[in-house]
Amino acid sequence: MAMTATADHARADPHQIGVVVEHPGPAPKRIVTAYGFWVFLLSDIVMFSCFFAAYAVLSGQTAGGPKGAEIFEQRNVAIETVCLLLSSFTCGMASIAADVRNRFWFYLGMTVTCVLGLIFLAIEFREFADLVARGYGPSRSAFLTAFFSLVGCHGLHVSAGVLWLLTMMAQVFAKGFRADVLRRMMCFALFWHALDIIWVGVFSVVYLLGGAP
Amino acid sequence: MSDQTHVPAGHDLAPGEEEQHSVGTRILGYVVGLALALLLTATSFFIAGTDLVWQPSIPVALIVLAIAQMGVHLVFFLHITTGPDNTNNVLALAFGLLVVFLVVGGTVWIMAHLNANMPPMDQIMRMQ
Repeated sequence: MAMTATADHARADPHQIGVVVEHPGPAPKRIVTAYGFWVFLLSDIVMFSCFFAAYAVLSGQTAGGPKGAEIFEQRNVAIETVCLLLSSFTCGMASIAADVRNRFWFYLGMTVTCVLGLIFLAIEFREFADLVARGYGPSRSAFLTAFFSLVGCHGLHVSAGVLWLLTMMAQVFAKGFRADVLRRMMCFALFWHALDIIWVGVFSVVYLLGGAP
Repeated sequence: MSDQTHVPAGHDLAPGEEEQHSVGTRILGYVVGLALALLLTATSFFIAGTDLVWQPSIPVALIVLAIAQMGVHLVFFLHITTGPDNTNNVLALAFGLLVVFLVVGGTVWIMAHLNANMPPMDQIMRMQ
């Protein structure tokens, strides 16, 4: 008996690192789904990195148009940042509530997340509309093209996130905390937190670095 | 053989998933993360507009603060850890980061050199 146990250990620990991992078969669906979504999120971040690279190269090419320091309003950016940070927090609260199957706190957390996301989108939309109205649209200079595509792409992701959020609330309302609904909720939370990470890059690189005089 | 630790399989964590904690501990994790993130954000905004520090250090400080805040988000909101149950998630993240740094760093590097080696625009026009 002892011999077989030792042989089993040797097979389970082929690299002799002192950790035995037994493989009972494929991972549960919850892990497979979330891992696949994690890989998608990373590829999304790679796509954003191309927009960041374009912005870094083009941020000085203003073609006689306005520079970043002339058009960015730090107060608005600060409000947007706080909105997204708080919404990440409330999204975390909603996913805890979903895990313990508490409908009240789930709806409350998701509603607050939704409202904060909408405030963020409203401020961003007003900023864009204001710039276009002043004649500083995306076609004005290479700098503005890079600015609008990077920040606009993030804004589109947040809009998609808000739609997904409402869908999740509707699914929990109609179907309850079923396993598949909980898997989707986990992916949504990943998505929302990842958007917040990208926003950290946006406000640091675009608004603070690009807005330096 | 006695020094081997048994890791029960099937205990890999999905990305974003935490180990089994009580609700209170989990909420506390988010609170700590939010506090750290707000602190780092406030520092970034303060540094960007201040005259108190040596000016050329500001861009570096902003980048360091941004990377630190991304780390805070990864640990406290996305629950990416270095534990053995998280190896797959960390490896995928590491590959993603490699591509991101290649794309951003490579672009900035190459384009800066092109810019430096290019004659001024009026000179190009005269050459034609």
